[in-house]
Amino acid sequence: MSGQYIIRRLLIMIPVLLGISLIIFTIVRVIPGDPAVVLAGPHATKDVVDQVRVQLGLDKHPVKQYLLFIGNIFKGDLGTSNRTGLPVTKEIMARLPNTLILAFASILVATVLGVTTGIIAGVKQNSKFDYLSMLVALFGLSMPVFWLGLMLMLLFSIKLGWFPSVGAESFKHLVLPAITLGANSTAIIARMTRSSMLEVIRLDYIRTARAKGLSEKVVISRHALKNALIPVVTVIGLQTGTLLGGAVLTEIVFAWPGIGRLLVEAILSRDYPIVQGVVLVVATMFIFVNLIVDILYSYLDPRIRYH
Amino acid sequence: MGILLQVRDLKTYFYTDAGVVKAVDGVSYDLKEGETLGLVGESGCGKSVSALSILRLIANPPGKIVGGEIFFEGKDLLKISEKEIRNIRGNHIAMIFQEPMTSLNPVLTIGLQIGEALELHRNMNKKEAREEILRLLRMVGIPDPERRIGDYPHQFSGGMRQRVMIAMALSCNPKLLIADEPTTAVDVTIQAQLLEVVKELTSRLGTAVMLITHNLGVVARHVNRMAVMYAGRIVEQGPAAEVYAHPQHPYTIGLLASVPRLDKPRKERLVPIDGQPPNLILLPPGCSFMPRCSYRMEICSKERPELRPVGDGHFTACWANMER
Repeated sequence: MSGQYIIRRLLIMIPVLLGISLIIFTIVRVIPGDPAVVLAGPHATKDVVDQVRVQLGLDKHPVKQYLLFIGNIFKGDLGTSNRTGLPVTKEIMARLPNTLILAFASILVATVLGVTTGIIAGVKQNSKFDYLSMLVALFGLSMPVFWLGLMLMLLFSIKLGWFPSVGAESFKHLVLPAITLGANSTAIIARMTRSSMLEVIRLDYIRTARAKGLSEKVVISRHALKNALIPVVTVIGLQTGTLLGGAVLTEIVFAWPGIGRLLVEAILSRDYPIVQGVVLVVATMFIFVNLIVDILYSYLDPRIRYH
Repeated sequence: MGILLQVRDLKTYFYTDAGVVKAVDGVSYDLKEGETLGLVGESGCGKSVSALSILRLIANPPGKIVGGEIFFEGKDLLKISEKEIRNIRGNHIAMIFQEPMTSLNPVLTIGLQIGEALELHRNMNKKEAREEILRLLRMVGIPDPERRIGDYPHQFSGGMRQRVMIAMALSCNPKLLIADEPTTAVDVTIQAQLLEVVKELTSRLGTAVMLITHNLGVVARHVNRMAVMYAGRIVEQGPAAEVYAHPQHPYTIGLLASVPRLDKPRKERLVPIDGQPPNLILLPPGCSFMPRCSYRMEICSKERPELRPVGDGHFTACWANMER
């Protein structure tokens, strides 16, 4: 892993993000609905609407709008929210920490629980634990997030009163959303770890390790695990990316003030600058997570060297 | 010389959806201290399975050792605890495998992989182990061991990896080294070198060797005694020179006739063995080799021949009397 490689990867981000900016810029303008009409209200006259449109800068030619948008990005300015009149960066920064906390709590739960379950299920293939955990994982995969969220809320907030149902004020508020959001990833990671483990423990070098007289514990933890985790890291990386950008349903069910909800609200009110800003921030985080996954690879597998 | 290993009526079966595969079906042989025994036969005749059974390394399921005894220094390896067999593995009996490309863990350094056995069986600390690993690497002929000790398997060629395997296997001065087709996967020029390394080191250390191979040339050069396996059973065994000079089983005769030899006129044609190895699920009641045998008689399809002496330490499992 050379510093040069990381610098190159960071430079590649620029064209990628430019491409994404162009796509999202186009998409928000293609979807039906006029921000000026939304903002001016249902009873506004055409003059007022036109005035609002000029205010928002939407009267300019789209190409000019895009160039302005890009130019401002390089100055660290993502524009101003149509609705609140606050800078987009400020709106995002107010919500981003909540999303990060929720995403990382979920992925932490999912990784610890998923990898542990997967290893045990794989090592003890066809055992009761294996069947039971994979059945639970199947439920985890197929359950809709909003339904799981509501059911957890019903049980733990309303019936038992252990955790608050909505809001983001304390650690207690985090528990239910983190479980809800992490359930799906836990299931995916557990299944992936299990199948990867099953594949690895049949390989020749595991037999070599056993032939050395190593205990089964050492064979699994030292010889099998590191190899088995390589594909699992990919899945964890992809899941992290997804959780960072798309906790929309969970955020709505638990009234969690993150960027997922911000994005949905912005789309509904045709708040172009916010939509563009959120998508760009999410894309950037996604690319960073991918870079971290690639760096982790070379740590796990010495055969992978980046130049 | 005392007897080191006694295998008696070993049976290892695999339970598959298609039926019970009798991979090893009643194999018996002895191995003396310091001796080299060649286990010869076609692919799938049960050579590797019978060797893996010694260390109880058969994957279960689907495999299972269903019968027999394996005495090593007086203890039946099939009856001792899991902990005891682990103390034998890599310590008293070590193994080299066929595929150097896949037999080493790709994500661990070779130093770590050799050192594991040293720390486990010889109670060495990291520092002592490092010195010993360097010595072992030097011993098997790996140049610049100080630099290579931290390298990963993919940084070595196939021949060098097999040298690493040899170093690993000999690290605890085992009494028995099982070499399962150690040279099949490497270049011919490297094959000879590796076998010389094994021969030289084991004779110096007094290690008995069980050399599993389908290569009769390797057997001729490197072993004292040989056992020929066919369809899960030993069909002939004896001193290597004797078996070469006077093969008594039609299968051995066929094997030897199918090997090209430089000391025979080139006009002489190679004689292949007709037919295919039998299906190990549906073995005929009599001699397994009968369908392919040119010496077959009435009795061969009815009764299975057991090993019988035909010379000094020379046995064959055939009803026919060959000329000597």
